[in-house]
Amino acid sequence: MRQLRIDLATCDEGRKTCAHECESACAEKVFKLGDPARAALHIRETADGKGVAYLCDQCGDCVVVCPAEALKRNKLGVVMLDKSLCVGCYICIGFCEKEVFERNPEWVTPYKCTSCGICVKACPHAALEIVDVPEPAYRIL
Amino acid sequence: MIQVVFDPSKVMDIDITKRTEYHAELDAARASRKVLKEVAFTPSLPDKGYTNRTLHVDVGSLAVAEKPVTQQMKDIFIGGRGFGLWYLWQAVTPQTRWNDPENEIVISSGPVGGITQYAGTGKSLVVTLSPQTEIPIDSNVGGYFGPLLKFSGFDALELQGKAERDLILFIDGQKGLIRFEELPDAPVDSHVLGEVLTRLYAENEADLVNISVVSTGAAADHSLIGMLNFSWFDKRRGCVRFKQAGRGGIGTVFRDKRLRALVCRGPQVKGDLNHPADFETLAKIGVKYHKEIRENDPHQCMMRRNGTAHIVEIMDAYDLLPVHNFQYGSHPETHKIDSAYWQSRCAQQTVDGCWYGCSMACAKGADGLVLKTGPYQGHMVTVDGPEYENAAGLGSNCGVFDPDDLLELNFYCDTYGICTITWGTVCAFIMECYQRGILNLERTGGLDLSWGNAKADLEMMHQMARGEGFGRIAGLGVKRMKALFIANGWGDPQLINDIGMENKGLEYSQYLSKESLAQQGGYALTNKGPQHDEAWLIFMDMVNKQLPTFEDKAEALYYFPLFRTWFGLNGFCKLPWNDVVPKGNAQQPEPHKIPEHVQNYVDLFSATTGVKIDKEELINQSARVYNFQRVFNIRMGKGLRQHDAAPYRSLGPVTEEEYLSRQERYDGQLRTELSLDPDAMTLQEKMAAHRQWRTGRFEKLMDVVYARRGWTRDGVPTYARLKELGIDFPEVLEVVRPLLGDPA
Repeated sequence: MRQLRIDLATCDEGRKTCAHECESACAEKVFKLGDPARAALHIRETADGKGVAYLCDQCGDCVVVCPAEALKRNKLGVVMLDKSLCVGCYICIGFCEKEVFERNPEWVTPYKCTSCGICVKACPHAALEIVDVPEPAYRIL
Repeated sequence: MIQVVFDPSKVMDIDITKRTEYHAELDAARASRKVLKEVAFTPSLPDKGYTNRTLHVDVGSLAVAEKPVTQQMKDIFIGGRGFGLWYLWQAVTPQTRWNDPENEIVISSGPVGGITQYAGTGKSLVVTLSPQTEIPIDSNVGGYFGPLLKFSGFDALELQGKAERDLILFIDGQKGLIRFEELPDAPVDSHVLGEVLTRLYAENEADLVNISVVSTGAAADHSLIGMLNFSWFDKRRGCVRFKQAGRGGIGTVFRDKRLRALVCRGPQVKGDLNHPADFETLAKIGVKYHKEIRENDPHQCMMRRNGTAHIVEIMDAYDLLPVHNFQYGSHPETHKIDSAYWQSRCAQQTVDGCWYGCSMACAKGADGLVLKTGPYQGHMVTVDGPEYENAAGLGSNCGVFDPDDLLELNFYCDTYGICTITWGTVCAFIMECYQRGILNLERTGGLDLSWGNAKADLEMMHQMARGEGFGRIAGLGVKRMKALFIANGWGDPQLINDIGMENKGLEYSQYLSKESLAQQGGYALTNKGPQHDEAWLIFMDMVNKQLPTFEDKAEALYYFPLFRTWFGLNGFCKLPWNDVVPKGNAQQPEPHKIPEHVQNYVDLFSATTGVKIDKEELINQSARVYNFQRVFNIRMGKGLRQHDAAPYRSLGPVTEEEYLSRQERYDGQLRTELSLDPDAMTLQEKMAAHRQWRTGRFEKLMDVVYARRGWTRDGVPTYARLKELGIDFPEVLEVVRPLLGDPA
């Protein structure tokens, strides 16, 4: 399955000069929004300047807990939300351990990273990449 | 925090999509379909939780009328059970009996009902005059019907009158049609009928989730203990599932009206169909709660794994599990039906909420059961549950410890349309009568109803469904069986009355209350009868030890019946309130109330309706409805102190063997509570001393609780209390005046 990954050491070094282009690109190109806070990935910093990345690894826990079967893996193994089936219950958000299932207060349906790779292209330091990894085992939650 | 992940190897390898299918029954039903009448209506969505419309249907004349939901109704009665009681009050007179056409079945969800962001928000509240208690019964049931009805355009549905032939009422909230139909060749029992009707009325596969069916089964035709199944379509299993409006015989009233089923087809559910005043707050509270479930449930009640059956072993360990008609509180074979077993027997790889957004997901399902008896012998079925009440009632209380027997009993109760809790207590009473010679083979028509004889238990149920034999007697319920056995001279009247576990005509639910004064009151000092949903205090009292003093227990019997009433006004389930608690709850003031969750409910109500309330107003909202219901009971000739009396089995040891089985405890209580020397007393003297002490303590509890509730010593709400609550309507005062005298 396609999975977004980050090299945090590269990101930490590059962040000294960058403007979180990954988040801006995601918000602008995927969601057509100017606010990077609305991106589907987030790079935050701890007090000592170390980066913390909030990236969806397509683990599929949200697929397991969705009561409407609105979340399914596509052919590439990426977990996709079918908005027409979503009932806006947000169990997917509450059960996401990585805290990367997102909600825009303007929208009823939540959103998530689809491993599209726009952020990879936008990163000036090549800290992000899309890799192909095996799907993890189904977890009963 | 890393979550505890369940080990799939612990679950039985059963294909959750496999079961007997009923294609021929669907074809037969479709072929026999006849439309009697069709009426158009304008579908509408709620605004701030209310559609402001009620649908009144006379199933006798097939007349359909809309009524406005008034601001006064919303202010005083809120919704759900409150609306049900208000409409029922207007429909009946003190002379109306349960099987008069005037009696209504009212179904209403409540303003918050149907939101999808918080756990336990899809409930329907059902109210009618009960054939068992002859006063209003209210039942809080899951499944999709209430929310889909509201999203079709109606806050409440009133069903009145009696049809001449079996009738299907179809409410199509997508097309704006109400149709009366006959399906003479439709099946009768719920597990087939629900499946057939869901597929008959859905327009395609995607539409299946938009259908909810309310139905009962064959036993509701021949008993007073019929219940209603409320369905939803389980996408992953590919089948219809049910939750039950169980208590008090609502299914019997349904069949007396010749209703075969209600079918609602609602619009596709979305997260904001309730059009709440403040969606953002609902979203934030919901996400916070889902996280709490994810983090805490695996270390607390494990509701997602076990559902309510998680307490079977806890009740057994604390001597509170009903065994052999509430004689004892534990049994060496309980391990065969405890949560460790159900965890492996119930499917774990699926989503088990009975409404969208329920992250607690307690509605477990046991798939792949091949039936051994009855009309569906050999069929493979999915059984809903079993919940704690079913494991305790159908299991330990009757001495049944074979889980497959228990599942089969559970299944047939459900599909025949009878309440599992009621049947558990009915059968336990019958088995004790059999043990004590009040019943015998001749009197039961050849049924050997010894403890644990599941085969005979099932045969009695099949008889009831066929309207035959001793099964018909069982279907009368404990109160009427007691009178019958006494009238027949089959046993000592006092013994029969002591061991017949009913109050107001309703059977006790499945907790042994002998050592819990709070639960004794929680059962007997209720509006509708001894169902734990009004005051489930036994865990708080006996396990968590949060009500140590007499005053604590009495106060709990003021607060919790009101707090828990509120769930039923709004379309909430009670379980998400206290079957998970926030970290740090124990350090909060009044931890037994779970203050953070109370605040969640205050905020959910305010955010949905736009009416700002606080936790005190929450209690006031309930108190209006609760006291109105008490007056309603009085109006129907009940509702006084005498009707709150408890059978002695619920208060203390009735028989010598019960006393001797816990002699150390009982002797100890004689020393510490009564300053008596048990060594100098005969067994009979000790039992008499206990009886006097325990009944006296219960009477004192009644005095204190009534006073705290603002009632007279006879249990009548005072003028001052009715005025304070704003329910001093002329018709209410007219009911209490003969008991209170003219106001000062």
